[in-house]
Amino acid sequence: MGLIALRAMVRKDLQLFFSDRKAVIMSFAAPILIASFFGSIFGSAGSTNAGGIPIMVADQDNGVISRSIVAAIKADKTLGVTLTTPDSARESVRKGAVSVSVIIPAGFGDAAGLAFFNGQNKPELDLVYDPSRTAELGMVRGMLMGHVIEAVSKEVFTGSRGGVLADQSLKQLDASDMPADQKQRLRDVLNATRNLEQGNATNGTAVGAPGMSTPYSVKEEPGMANPLAGYNPYAHSFAGMGVQFLLFAAIDLGIGILLERQRGLWKRLRSAPLSKGALLGGKALSGMLITLMTLLVSFTFAIVVFKVRVTGSVPGFLMVAVATALMASNFGLLIAALGRTPGATRGVSILATLMMVMLGGAWIPTFFFPAWLQKATVVVPTRWAIDGIDAMTWRGVGLSGAVLPTAVLLGFAALFGGLAVWQFRWEES
Amino acid sequence: MLQVNNLRKAYGGLVAVDDVSLTLAPGQLLGLLGPNGAGKTTTVSMIAGLLTPDRGDVMVNGERMHGDTNPLKRRIGLVPQDLALYDELCPTDNLRFFGGLYGMRGDALAVAIKNVLELVGLADRARDAVKNFSGGMKRRLNLAAGLLHDPDILMLDEPTVGVDPQSRNAIFENLEFLKSRGKALLYTTHYMEEVERMADRVVVIDHGKVIANNTLAGLLASVPPKPGEQPSLEAVFLTLTGRNLRD
Repeated sequence: MGLIALRAMVRKDLQLFFSDRKAVIMSFAAPILIASFFGSIFGSAGSTNAGGIPIMVADQDNGVISRSIVAAIKADKTLGVTLTTPDSARESVRKGAVSVSVIIPAGFGDAAGLAFFNGQNKPELDLVYDPSRTAELGMVRGMLMGHVIEAVSKEVFTGSRGGVLADQSLKQLDASDMPADQKQRLRDVLNATRNLEQGNATNGTAVGAPGMSTPYSVKEEPGMANPLAGYNPYAHSFAGMGVQFLLFAAIDLGIGILLERQRGLWKRLRSAPLSKGALLGGKALSGMLITLMTLLVSFTFAIVVFKVRVTGSVPGFLMVAVATALMASNFGLLIAALGRTPGATRGVSILATLMMVMLGGAWIPTFFFPAWLQKATVVVPTRWAIDGIDAMTWRGVGLSGAVLPTAVLLGFAALFGGLAVWQFRWEES
Repeated sequence: MLQVNNLRKAYGGLVAVDDVSLTLAPGQLLGLLGPNGAGKTTTVSMIAGLLTPDRGDVMVNGERMHGDTNPLKRRIGLVPQDLALYDELCPTDNLRFFGGLYGMRGDALAVAIKNVLELVGLADRARDAVKNFSGGMKRRLNLAAGLLHDPDILMLDEPTVGVDPQSRNAIFENLEFLKSRGKALLYTTHYMEEVERMADRVVVIDHGKVIANNTLAGLLASVPPKPGEQPSLEAVFLTLTGRNLRD
């Protein structure tokens, strides 16, 4: 009889779920819409667009070295350079049109050439940046450093200004209070530099000679178990929003039980010869099926439209999905056990759910969190759900990678279920 | 068929039901009366297994009923005061669910659904959503849900609240039919004329205690009417429970 009752409860809950077509459509459409939005944002942030990072450059120096720097950064495909005036460059950042503007002050090139040898009186390169986009400032700063060193060193060693700068440096050296032996060694270097420049000028061999540059190149390799899979930002956004709306469905389950109690239906259920376990088990099972359905429909959409792939393990993905759905379903039971009125309970439940999904990385991936928060959020079940789904999709981890998230999620399911049974108000008067 | 012995239920210091005993025989309708807060619903809830009594027994056919899964619960049908129905579903789907809770399925369930819907006059609305029903139709369906598993004892908690005279009359006819088939009915209500029409025996509860337990004629004889008044159950009730407001 228990199985017949269980089947009746599940069928009834599915009928109720599908009887409200608008709610059904929203249950499936809302996570898809929001996940698509987040996916497109993360996708844009993670890829370099055709024009590179847009920056404004104002060259007030307009000397040999500064023109060389401007030419180098214009040739850099990771930057989208627009030449302008200093005022316009600052205004563009203030208005948010660009994240960084570079202003090369007058005399920058020669000052940099002199500082190249003696390390003193370094000229300032003015970087005007948008404080809300400091990540781009760091990227521009790193790229500029390479281009400036290359341009300055090229001019110092082999350019037309090299001899002049070497002479000026020698005069500064003679006037300095540096120890005699160090002064002599530096003088030898500067003389050799001047001789090199004079020889180049005589032979014409300096044309096209390179300056100093980074002595290595980078081989980039995605840190994924299946490198052929490739990162798909929609995989993470659908995991996050899928889990969020799965919990929203669980809230509906909990509120539904409270409404059943309010409408006297729970009396009918309790008057039947059924155990408490069968009554809550039936609810948990139907809740699990409904929440699992919302998650799988979202991912099916992501697979078809955004080419998200389960590159790890399909059984592993299903294990994590089922464990997440069971955790959510029992979370719904806990809501019903702790709640008093549907209205008040809904507000508190939504707040708790939003906190869980936020800390679980549903909105912003957890690697953006401070280190302490990344460690602290392992106590949040949604973190395990999202990390587990990420592992099975774009990270391409095999079945073994699903075992721990599944086990932890089942642990949370047991905890929520146990608390629900303990706190549930069974008696009806 | 139903024997209730010395039921007691307290909530902290408040004693809701105190030493309530009553018996109900097959084919008998027992009217359970009492002012608001007297303990009627608590008594019915304990008999139906919704509440665990602090003390006392509920015996069905001589066997003590206890525990959630006791098969004796099948012998009892509950028609709660609330319209305990799923508005979004049709009567058939509602009844299929409630039947499933009692282990009913297949053809037996289908026949039972057909029979109870015919009994309450809703066979032609079997596939319409309950949310489109009138109050009276919902009350009749509420009754059908309690009858579906063919219980020997039917407990009805104010089953005619908010219904029109036609639906109320239909419910009375249903109950008369059930009595004639040997069902035992425990009926709580505030409408004295309903008890006067149908009850074989009347129990009056107040402040959690049984203050009268007699046939209708016996009750009327036990409390003589005031000069100029006709003997009535309402007069007896007010004499027994007083005229102070209870809400």
